[in-house]
Amino acid sequence: MSSSTSLLGRPLGTLRRLGGGPLTRVGVLVLAVFVLAALFAPWLAPQDPTYGELGEGFAGPGPDHWLGTDGGGHDTFSALVEGTRTSLVGPLAVVLFSTVAGIAVGLFTAWRGGWVDTVVGRVLDIVFAFPALLLAILAVALFGKGLSAPVLAMAVAYLPYTARLVRSLTAQEKVRPYIAAYRVQGHAAAFVALRRLLPGIVPTVLAQSTVNFGYALLDLAALSFLGLGVQPPTPDWGAMINQGQTAVLQGQPLSAIVPAVAVVLVVVAFNVVGEHLGDRLAGRES
Amino acid sequence: MTTDPGLPLQVSGLRKSYPAGRTPVVAVDDLSFSLRPGGALGIVGESGSGKTTTARMLVGLERPDQGEILVQGTPLAARTRGRAARLARAKAVQMVFQDPYLSLDSRLSIGATVDGVLRLHGSLSPSDRAARVRELLAQVGLGDREAAALPRRLSGGQRQRAAIARALAVEPTVLVLDEAVSALDVSVQAQVLNLLSDIRRDTGIGLVFVSHDLAVVRYVCDEALVMYRGRTVEHQPVADLLASPRHPYTRLLLASVPRLGWNPDAIAGQRRDLAATDTPAA
Repeated sequence: MSSSTSLLGRPLGTLRRLGGGPLTRVGVLVLAVFVLAALFAPWLAPQDPTYGELGEGFAGPGPDHWLGTDGGGHDTFSALVEGTRTSLVGPLAVVLFSTVAGIAVGLFTAWRGGWVDTVVGRVLDIVFAFPALLLAILAVALFGKGLSAPVLAMAVAYLPYTARLVRSLTAQEKVRPYIAAYRVQGHAAAFVALRRLLPGIVPTVLAQSTVNFGYALLDLAALSFLGLGVQPPTPDWGAMINQGQTAVLQGQPLSAIVPAVAVVLVVVAFNVVGEHLGDRLAGRES
Repeated sequence: MTTDPGLPLQVSGLRKSYPAGRTPVVAVDDLSFSLRPGGALGIVGESGSGKTTTARMLVGLERPDQGEILVQGTPLAARTRGRAARLARAKAVQMVFQDPYLSLDSRLSIGATVDGVLRLHGSLSPSDRAARVRELLAQVGLGDREAAALPRRLSGGQRQRAAIARALAVEPTVLVLDEAVSALDVSVQAQVLNLLSDIRRDTGIGLVFVSHDLAVVRYVCDEALVMYRGRTVEHQPVADLLASPRHPYTRLLLASVPRLGWNPDAIAGQRRDLAATDTPAA
């Protein structure tokens, strides 16, 4: 047995088990490529993306610069690869926080029921009414530009998505007889809620979080595009599009198109994979 | 009511109402009965008669507005605080639910489900627990293959057997069965009823059998209590109840069983007359 087949065979087998059509598989592959790019960015980027030679501005794609350069002579491919990190870390933080906090809030309120549930439910509705981008811009206005303030604001803005989902799933599940049976057996409420009810709803929540990841990435890229998020020279897709937009008018659209395509690819891939996970779970339920 | 520690179950003046518009709906009204050691009581009535509410109060899933439930002379707490109280409550009364498709955790194997109960209630070593799980499942006619299976791999009858084993694992004083065979095929019903009779004979556990089906109650119980609109209309030994029902509602229930020469229209008419009189007291 050669080690290369076992190394490759396992992830390919997982991909096959995941099922779904060719679209889902392409989505998973796209995500895998970008995640790998983020992990190994310093080794993959051929040049320092912050180093620019003015003489090489707007170079076309070639052996020196695979995807050309921007007006300042920065290598677009290197910036794209390095930018994968900031572009993925932001949404990851948003989704991690909103998922964990959303599960905690949704599970607790739905399990308790009564006025706690009603009050928290209304508060979530109010937060839900604010677009995430608006809250993020508000956070920038209060705490300054950068990644941390908008990420925190967006985590709060995305919390209702998860919390409302968890709340409705918990409310549905807790009236089922198997939960009553656990209570009759003498199990503590916390045990039943956390160890017996929660594991059943987590997959559905993760499917929703996968879709949220794409949206969070889009929102954060928009923020950077507006110049409020990640600041140059830190490579970031949104910031790259921002930098490239003037060049579009000068007839040099490539340095803006490359990061834009990356954003679209990743957002669509997350959407496709997330929807597939949701569908698969819905199919298993029935 | 005099408390008698010799009786597995004594219920007195139990009442439960639910808010519904201006006047609350009284689900159970002034219900009293007791269960002799090793006895089996059937609580019979139609949907809405308050029998399921009674069952849920017995296991603490609903809190009675009034009245008392005594198990071996000790009143059951309406609300439990702390682990010891919870476990004591569970040891007093256990329940087998109506639908074995919904009352078992679909993510745990039958063996793991029973093992979870033993882990909560006992201090057996893992190997002793495994032996006890086998013993409990063997008692209800399930083997190693079923123990390893998830509920969805089993038939309705097998699932209900597993649910019975799960309840017996707690070693309760009283076992409440809420329409426990209603979701099963007739032939499977008979098997499960036989099993319950055997268990009652072997363990001396007290049974409260809640059902709409008089035939099922006759099979397992020696006494039957008929409920109509939350009230007791009749309480007799099963044989007497079937032979000479005193209350018109009991006669109606007996007549409602489909058989030769059965006339559903006439029964529906009698039912309307009974509802019109609106005097459920016997």
